[in-house]
Amino acid sequence: MALRHGDTLIFPTPPVIAAGAAVGGKKEGEGPLAGCFDELCRDNRLGQPTWEAAERALLVRTARLCLQKDPSGGPVDLALAGDLQAQCTASGYAMRELGLPFAGVFGACSTMAEAIGLAAALCAGGMADGVLAMASGHFCAAERQFRTPLCYGAFRTPTAQWTATAAGCCLLRPARQGAAGKAQVRAVTFGRVQDYGVRDITNMGAAMAPAAAATLLRYLADTGAGAADFDCVYTGDLGRVGSALLAGLLEREGLAGLRHADCGCLLYGNDKRVGSGASGPGCCASVLAGQILPQLAAGRMQRVLFIATGALMSQTTFLQKESIPAVAHLVELTGPGRDAS
Amino acid sequence: MHLSSEEYARLVRQAGPPSPLGKDCLWAFCVGGGICAAGQALRQAFLAAGADGETAGALTSCTLIALSALATAFGWYQKLAARAGAGTLVPITGFANAVVSAAIEFFPEGRVAGTGAKMFTIAGPVIVYGTLASAVYGLALWLAGLI
Repeated sequence: MALRHGDTLIFPTPPVIAAGAAVGGKKEGEGPLAGCFDELCRDNRLGQPTWEAAERALLVRTARLCLQKDPSGGPVDLALAGDLQAQCTASGYAMRELGLPFAGVFGACSTMAEAIGLAAALCAGGMADGVLAMASGHFCAAERQFRTPLCYGAFRTPTAQWTATAAGCCLLRPARQGAAGKAQVRAVTFGRVQDYGVRDITNMGAAMAPAAAATLLRYLADTGAGAADFDCVYTGDLGRVGSALLAGLLEREGLAGLRHADCGCLLYGNDKRVGSGASGPGCCASVLAGQILPQLAAGRMQRVLFIATGALMSQTTFLQKESIPAVAHLVELTGPGRDAS
Repeated sequence: MHLSSEEYARLVRQAGPPSPLGKDCLWAFCVGGGICAAGQALRQAFLAAGADGETAGALTSCTLIALSALATAFGWYQKLAARAGAGTLVPITGFANAVVSAAIEFFPEGRVAGTGAKMFTIAGPVIVYGTLASAVYGLALWLAGLI
């Protein structure tokens, strides 16, 4: 079972991430993390007639790869999945093919941390022996839904972010099953929605940075941990602008010594064509499954925080000139050999 | 966090890299001007081919629209616009791009509910307010004639 300290769930017997898989698109294959993906698609259509179907295929492929990598081959009791398509349709249609019990989750770009947090709680509580947590995004499906047609001659602002064509999937199991050599989920903090009045839909990093700061500060207060206790604090996906704002916010709160990396900055490196960096539920999900978890499993890092941020507006609320509410969920991950602290 | 929305707005203004307005404007002027110069060259060619002034103007517009539609369909216009910004947005070619891109984009949703309904998603406001502006202009002209 879990202990609750403030907003943070702490798992004395931490569930493990028994397997993880990441699949990316063409542009992701040209970035610095190309080698971290289990599969890269040369054609972002994935042989499908529409972009929506392509994202669905991406998610199915990622889930199947993840299940193949599970050494125990044990049962999967539930899949928690989410995406950006209206009514989470990429996940819904993907689950039609996978045939697993399914609960859709939506937290925009924070979906992966939300899904892992819920999956860990279910596993730790003895209610599931295997839960898939997964999230996906597709640049083309997102553009046509949220912005303008792909062939339209739109001009991107420097603060805008680029929705990654990627999906990440993790299989969580209780500690007793297949725990050897696997990363562990030590704690989860579900964030509170923050809104500091940002209305610029092309500057999501700015809208989400306060949410990341608030959840991180709350987790540190709940657990008594310090900034220096972590090999890295990963956020996803603040981009360059949001990362700079996060650093400024934490400095104001007197938090120094944080080793921070943002999945939105990592995925495409210094590619200026993507504006401030990558975004979308698939960005941090794939970086987690493809980069962070393997490093934890290999012992190159011992303890990290994974904070996924999501902007919770819609195109309608944006046009109605509402400000952008944002949320950040935090997952504490440790390497396989680490004792609970 | 001890932070007001006003304080945060100040931080956001400092953190966001500003668009290079001067460079963007100059480049937009060059590209947009280039498209207009190409249009003028076309007009001269039509005039030289024997068209009268009004017909040459109409033929020029039609040709630019057709070229823009083709470039949009082949995915070239978006690539040019990603560099040219308002330079490709403002001329008549930008209007054609706005209509054709939406028509292509929403084709999977059907000829009626997709292409038909959404073709003017971007260009619609231009038509609405362009028509309104011409009505206001006509009214102003009529009133001026009464004086």
